[in-house]
Amino acid sequence: MAEVEETSKLMFAGLSDVSISGDIPVEGEINVPVGTPIQDKEYSTLDEPVKDTILRDLKAVGKKFVHVMYPKKSSALLRDWDLWGPLLLCVTLALMLQGGSVNSKEDGGPQFAEVFVIIWFGSVIITLNSKLLGGTISFFQSLCVLGYCIMPLTVAMVVCRLVLLGGSWRFSFIVRLIVVTASFSWSTFASTAFLADYQPPNRKALVVYPVFLFYFVIGWMILTV
Amino acid sequence: MAANSDFLLTFQEFDSSESHLGGNGDATTISIEDTGAGSHKPQKQRRSAPVTSFEEDNDPLANDDKTELLSGQKRSSPFWTFEYYQTFFDVETHQVRERILGSLLPWPGRNFVHLYIRNNPDLYGPFWICATLVFVIAICGNISDFLVDLGKPQNKYVPEFRKVTIAATAIYSYAWLVPLALWGLLVWRNSKVMNIVSYSFLEIVCVYGYSLAVYIPAVVLWLLPYEAVRWFSIVVALCLSGSILVLTFWPAVRDDQPRVAIAIMTAIMALHILLAFGCKAYFFSTLEDEHTAVDAVVGHGTKSSPTMKMHRTNTMS
Repeated sequence: MAEVEETSKLMFAGLSDVSISGDIPVEGEINVPVGTPIQDKEYSTLDEPVKDTILRDLKAVGKKFVHVMYPKKSSALLRDWDLWGPLLLCVTLALMLQGGSVNSKEDGGPQFAEVFVIIWFGSVIITLNSKLLGGTISFFQSLCVLGYCIMPLTVAMVVCRLVLLGGSWRFSFIVRLIVVTASFSWSTFASTAFLADYQPPNRKALVVYPVFLFYFVIGWMILTV
Repeated sequence: MAANSDFLLTFQEFDSSESHLGGNGDATTISIEDTGAGSHKPQKQRRSAPVTSFEEDNDPLANDDKTELLSGQKRSSPFWTFEYYQTFFDVETHQVRERILGSLLPWPGRNFVHLYIRNNPDLYGPFWICATLVFVIAICGNISDFLVDLGKPQNKYVPEFRKVTIAATAIYSYAWLVPLALWGLLVWRNSKVMNIVSYSFLEIVCVYGYSLAVYIPAVVLWLLPYEAVRWFSIVVALCLSGSILVLTFWPAVRDDQPRVAIAIMTAIMALHILLAFGCKAYFFSTLEDEHTAVDAVVGHGTKSSPTMKMHRTNTMS
C-alpha cells in the first residue's frame, strides 16, 4: 500500500508546480462523434434550397405512382408512406366528379364534399377493418396504399370525360363501361398486391372484399356522372 | 413399475395451469379470475381460441360443452383498448361464408345462433352486409330509373346521390337499433319470466345482420322490369329472412305469456316487412308509376304548344 502511494506521488510530482489560473483559455472541440459527416448532411434538410425539398417530395410521389402502375410486391411504397399523392388524387377526382353534371338545375350528382368524405371515410373504415381482423400494417401505410391505388380510377375519369365530348351516346357508354371496369379491377388488384402480405392467411378474403366494394362504388360514381 | 403405479395412485398437487401447460399452445386454459386482471391472460386465451374454433366447425353439432366453457372469457380487455374490439372480429373466411349460407337456408329445429354463432358473435358480417346492401340498393335504384328513362324522349339521366344516404340511414338503423330495442325487451321479459334461452346483444345484431344477406340477390332481381319477378323475389326473400328471425326468437319468448310472445313475434315480422316494402317502394318505381310518368310527359308536351301559339299571336297583335 505504501509502495503504491510512493509511485503515485512520483508520477504526479512533476505536476505539482503547474498552476492553472482561470485566465488561460483552453482550446479544443467538444464534439460528440455522430458518425460520418456525409450522414449529417443528409439528415439536416434545413440548409438546402426549397427547390430541392419540393423536388425530392415530388420524386417520391412520382415513384409511388409508377409502383401503382406496375404493381409488384415491394416494401418501398409502404416504408416511406406519404399522403400527398392520395390528397392530390382525391381532390382531382372530387373536382371532376362534381363538375360533371351539365344541367345545373337538376344537380343530382355528388358534391365535392360528398366525394371527399366517401374516399377518406371509406379508406379509414377499410383500414380499421383490416387492423381489427389482425393485420400488421400500420394505419397511415394502409391509407397511403388505398389512396395511391385510386390512380387508375382517376385516369379512367379523365378518359371518360374525353369520350363524353364526342361520339354517339350508346357507343361512348360501352367504351366508358369497359374503361371503368378495367381500371377498377386494376385498382383492386394493385392494392391487394400491396396489402395482402400483412393479413393473417385465413382472413385475406375478408380484408379484400371491402377494398373491392370501395373501388366498385368509386367506379360507379365515375361511370354515372 | 411399482413406482409408476404409486405415482398414479398418490394425490399430486397440481400447480397453476400456465406452468403446467406452459409450452403447449394448443391447450385451452381456463382460469377463474377477475376479468380486469391484466392483459396478458386474454392474450394466451385468444391465441388458443382460433385453433379450437376451427376444430369446432368441423363437427357442428358436437363440442357444445367446450363452447360453454369458452363463453365467459372472450371480452377480458377493458372497453377502451383496441384489443377489446378485436375480439369482435375473430372470424375467418370460411366461418363468415358458413354463416351467410346458414342464413340463406333456414331449417326448423336448427337455431342460427346456436349452430353458427356459438358464442363467437362477430361485427364483421353485420357491418359489411349492411354496407353492401346499402350500395346495392342505391345502385340498383339508379339503374332502374335509368332503364325507365331510356324509353323517354329526353335522354337525360340524373344520378340521385342522396339515395345512398337515405338507404344507409334506413338499413343501418334497422340493423342496429331494432336489435337494441329487442334485446332490451327480452332482458325485461327475462326479469319477469325465467326463459331458458337468452341472447346477448351482439348475437341479436348478428342474427339481424346475417338475415339481411338474402336481400342482396333479391334487390338485384328487382332490376328486371316485370312485376311478377319483383313480387316473387320480395316474397321469397321475406320468407327466408323472416323465418330465420322467427326460428331464432321463438325459443326465447315461448315460455312467456302467449299474448306477449305473439306480440313480440308480430312486431319483429312487421318491422321486417316494413323495411322490405319501404325499400322497394322508395327506391324502385313500379311499372304503373312508369306508365303514368310517360303519359304525364307526353300530355304536358301537347298542352304547352297551344299556349305558346296564343302567346305569339298576342305579341304580334
